[in-house]
Amino acid sequence: MEQSPSCLKLFGSWASSYTHRVQLALKLKGLEFEYMEEDLTNKSPSLLLYNHVYKKVPVLLHLDRPIVESVIILEYIDETWTDHPIMPIDPYERAIARFWCHFADDKLGPAAGAVFGSSGEDQKAAVCQVHENLKLIETELREGAFKGRRFFGGDKIGILDIVLGCGSYWLAVFNEVMEVKLVDSEAFPLFHAWLRDFEEQKEVKEIIPAIDTLLEYARGIRQMMLSLKDTTSSTTTTTTTAAATTAATNNSNNNLVIESGTSV
Amino acid sequence: MATAAKGVVLLDFWVSPFGQRCRIALAEKGVEYEYKEENLWDKSPLLLKANPVHKKIPVLIHEGNPICESLLIVQYIDEVWSNNPLLPSDPYERAQARFWADFVDKKVSECWTRLWKVKGEAQEEARKDMIEDLKLLEGELGDKQYFGGETFGFVDVAFVPLSAWFYTFETCGNFSVEKECPKLVAWAKRCMERESVSKSLHDPHKVYEYVCQLKKKLGVD
Repeated sequence: MEQSPSCLKLFGSWASSYTHRVQLALKLKGLEFEYMEEDLTNKSPSLLLYNHVYKKVPVLLHLDRPIVESVIILEYIDETWTDHPIMPIDPYERAIARFWCHFADDKLGPAAGAVFGSSGEDQKAAVCQVHENLKLIETELREGAFKGRRFFGGDKIGILDIVLGCGSYWLAVFNEVMEVKLVDSEAFPLFHAWLRDFEEQKEVKEIIPAIDTLLEYARGIRQMMLSLKDTTSSTTTTTTTAAATTAATNNSNNNLVIESGTSV
Repeated sequence: MATAAKGVVLLDFWVSPFGQRCRIALAEKGVEYEYKEENLWDKSPLLLKANPVHKKIPVLIHEGNPICESLLIVQYIDEVWSNNPLLPSDPYERAQARFWADFVDKKVSECWTRLWKVKGEAQEEARKDMIEDLKLLEGELGDKQYFGGETFGFVDVAFVPLSAWFYTFETCGNFSVEKECPKLVAWAKRCMERESVSKSLHDPHKVYEYVCQLKKKLGVD
């Protein structure tokens, strides 16, 4: 098993929860890697080359071959280094884990982004949407697919913990910056408890930036956004939270022509 | 080789390319299943129970367990029935296949949702994006027989149902897929030689007719 730093390189951004996902997975697997911090306002030629389709972080380079899209990277890592698995073995369990990973990226992430990118009545509506999404996850924890589990992956952190966890810390940040209550410990006790437990894990603490740094960063972005006429502008939110840019376009997924669970 | 699969049900809608992905995958594996046509304007209690989060088709129900989202369903089918594998065995190749299948959803399908609903400048933008995305896919196909190389694979399953929509894209967007991406058109014809594909896809004119009716119904002109 290759574990030398020279064969693994990660292009990322310090505030990108998508990047944190990959860092966490590599850490859980005990893999050393070289990290390249990207300035998202001035992307490196390497990043643009390795991810010529989306031009985004994270990009994992393994033996000079790029893998992009965080969830795809996570599955790649799991299939290449099979110790400390993060995906379940059973096909149905795998489908469920993937489904909720998609939910995190297609629904919860954009909903949280919409809260961050709006104010007034629009923000109230966006907060409701986040609560609707958290309610669904809470239900799965209470009586559904994840009933009785400490982590979504079972006794240990799995892919869904990584995907939901690296990103959910933004909910607490938004609580502070905008004084909105997103993760209510009374309304979502199991989700709240899981998140606290996840954030206490040694590997997670080593990856997630300090809350003060995140707060300062979020306040700065929020200030900038509010000073613009269109507060849901996609260009300014790209560098912030998971999928904030797709908040507006994801609002009407009711497409009868090509129905699918994946949002388009 | 037909597999006596216990209790495989597919909740679907006849023209849905997402549903067709599942039908193609099941056919490639020789899995017998019960097809249930849903009325999307009056969804069945079974569908609402099987997919309470999105309430959408397709849903595969296997031995009572519901699996939602077409690409997840195809991966599930590939993992449960291991004959005629759709995903490659090499992790890097698998990552590439997942990337391009996801690209079809993130980009091509997204363009389509704009193309048929908007007019003027917005539609022109959607048209440009659609052509750009199709060209990227054509670039990935290259001179290979299939996206999967010599064998029909995951990306082929993900994308081929949309080939029945090329005529609709062209008519709504006022461009020619053949002119812009001739290799894609040739690839689609090759795929149609497979029974799993030809039996799952509908005639492009029928698809277009459906979209015209839908536009009228929704008051989109």
